[in-house]
Amino acid sequence: MDAAEAFILARTQFGLNIAFHILFPSLTIGLGWFLLYFRVRYECTKDAAWLATYKLWLKIFALSFAMGVVSGIVMSFQFGTNWPGYMNKVGAIAGPLLAYEVLTAFFLEATFLGIMLFGMNRVPGWMHIFSSVMVAAGTTLSAFWILALNSWMQTPAGYVVAGNQLIAGDWLAVIFNPSFPYRFTHMLLASGLTAAFAIAGLSAWRLLYEPSDRSATRTLRVGALVAAVLVPVQIFVGDLHGLNTLHHEPAKIAAIEGIWKTEKSAPLVLFAVPNEEKRRNDYAIEIPKVAALILTHDANGELRGLDDFEPDRPTVAPLFFGFRIMVGTGVSMLLLSWFGVWRLRRGEPPRALLWMFSAFTFSGWIATLAGWLVTEIGRQPWLVTGILRTADAAGKITGAELGASLTVYVLTYSLMLLAYFVVITHMAGKGAQA
Amino acid sequence: MTLDLPVIFAALMGIAILAYVVLDGYDLGVGMLMPAATTAQQDLMVASIGPFWDANETWLVLGIGLLLVAFPAAHGIVLGALYLPVTAMLIGLMLRGVAFEFRVKAQGWHAELWNWFFWLGSFLASLAQGFMLGRYVTGFESGAGYWLFALLVGASLCGGYVLLGATWLVLRTEGELQQKARAWARWGIMWVALGVALVSVATPWMSEMVRDKWFDFPRTLWLMALPAASVGAGIFVWRSLRPAAADWKPFAGAVTIYVTAFTGLAYSIFPFVVVDRLTIWEAAAHPSALQFMFWGVVIVLPCIAGYTVFAYRVFRGKVKGGLYE
Repeated sequence: MDAAEAFILARTQFGLNIAFHILFPSLTIGLGWFLLYFRVRYECTKDAAWLATYKLWLKIFALSFAMGVVSGIVMSFQFGTNWPGYMNKVGAIAGPLLAYEVLTAFFLEATFLGIMLFGMNRVPGWMHIFSSVMVAAGTTLSAFWILALNSWMQTPAGYVVAGNQLIAGDWLAVIFNPSFPYRFTHMLLASGLTAAFAIAGLSAWRLLYEPSDRSATRTLRVGALVAAVLVPVQIFVGDLHGLNTLHHEPAKIAAIEGIWKTEKSAPLVLFAVPNEEKRRNDYAIEIPKVAALILTHDANGELRGLDDFEPDRPTVAPLFFGFRIMVGTGVSMLLLSWFGVWRLRRGEPPRALLWMFSAFTFSGWIATLAGWLVTEIGRQPWLVTGILRTADAAGKITGAELGASLTVYVLTYSLMLLAYFVVITHMAGKGAQA
Repeated sequence: MTLDLPVIFAALMGIAILAYVVLDGYDLGVGMLMPAATTAQQDLMVASIGPFWDANETWLVLGIGLLLVAFPAAHGIVLGALYLPVTAMLIGLMLRGVAFEFRVKAQGWHAELWNWFFWLGSFLASLAQGFMLGRYVTGFESGAGYWLFALLVGASLCGGYVLLGATWLVLRTEGELQQKARAWARWGIMWVALGVALVSVATPWMSEMVRDKWFDFPRTLWLMALPAASVGAGIFVWRSLRPAAADWKPFAGAVTIYVTAFTGLAYSIFPFVVVDRLTIWEAAAHPSALQFMFWGVVIVLPCIAGYTVFAYRVFRGKVKGGLYE
């Protein structure tokens, strides 16, 4: 096996691991705040149905959190084993950000989750609520640090060159780098939506079995309402994030939009099959001038095409399709949540609506994964934009070692994911019990 | 300021790893003891570690995280050389972690299956950790003898974790299960004694550095205080396993064994972070990075210690069953 194959294996393995990992934090960051809401409602009303709701979702949270923890540990090892060049070059910046995530977020979440799960009868009510706040805050803080690092890799700022490596010149500029505010907001909203649709979907699933379940009726409404509010905000923030990307990473936008040559009045490509060989879109369905209008706010504006960035540009197809999957999912989420809220206010929901919400249980994951693939593949061939190429960061792990471990990871993750689906649909199907 | 930051971070990394070994050690030990208990007892055993295992495992992330961020040059070498045992450990930890959640939610033969995954994960992770330690202290030398040595360390660490797990159960349970735990602890201590004796005899042959450091009179006489303390703690554990002794004593004794053994190990290796190859100063990250992290650690670590102690106080006393209250 040659080095190129080992490199592809290293990327596959790391990508698979992160893709598996991101599912669970993207759910728990949002779910933590929902749990706090359920807990506070119980404290205010002393209604046993809220307590039952809280306990059901706490169990789902704990399960998802455990999945996130164990897959996250794998990452702390793979940073060094798969990408030693990364730490050599930018470790003085990436390292402290990761360290702060562990110190300020991980221990907080894990310790107070123990109290949340098992301590309800052992600590006073306010202490239990405080623990819920700490867990929710911990998950959000962890997103803060990891997205600061991820954004810095996309749009590096605040660094100084010291010999062969980069060091921080200004930590605030490193953390609050140009794309961070957009990416962080975008991710938090994505997580809120993932949790909202999971709650609405699993509650709808329960209502299909037991239409009179009060707890599930409530949580379906809460989930649908939060989703209906957050989706339009997300679309707005997503647009701002896109404009920010156009400014800082124009090649990524060119690939997303399928713009092969720099041109004025570029059309919006609704669908096409990008052809890397001939550098054009096949079977394209386009709306004239709209891409220029959206991105430059001028129908005659000029957009830089991929030809401007050769050879340092990402492969088009994954970005082109990933972006369309994300946006398509987002628009469907908007329609379903608005229609759902409207219909739920009019009384008992029809079974078809319950089926629709059930089908959208994991829509947040699809949109998040698609968006994440767009932003990460869109950074290629760079690991840190303009500073370090992914190929230059690869390590000396042999293809055989990577292949063997990759196989075991795939098996383990498949088993875990299967069990996860079975257990949470089973738990949700049984419903909340006081 | 003239702080020797690499030394400080080496000490912090040592503390994190020691905390991990002791804390996750007891719950891995409990996991390995699962097949020896009845179903009702298994539920109690799992309940005794329920509130803690997540946070316990986080110490591993901190320890490895500090290796990665404070000594990046060493992280690649150490974990690259240990790639396959690390993978085995991670798979073990994953199985253990999710089995913990799944076993309470599954029914019938599914629950039984997750119990076995819980055992398998705990065992695999423990064996792999010991194996990694064995490879690490010998500087990743190749040769059948070195691999055998690593396996020996792996087996000994399993015994050590069983000892921690059993004494933890003596502390946290009562009645029949506690009686069983006392018997397990006695087996554990014999296992550890045999393992430590073999490892102590083998190590000076395996590593010249260790030999030079320990057999250098008259310093040797002072150093002998460490193994003496270990043996003393072992005897203390054995004696306090009588039902009349206080329930906290066996666990405290077992922790003491770990602290003394770890101190000895740290003394053997210092100032290397990759044995015989890289010292902590050579491997250290840029001072600006260490400086920035230093203040975070100074502020945050006491908070972590504070709320960890709080959590252990909340859950003190005997477990009565009933996982989710």
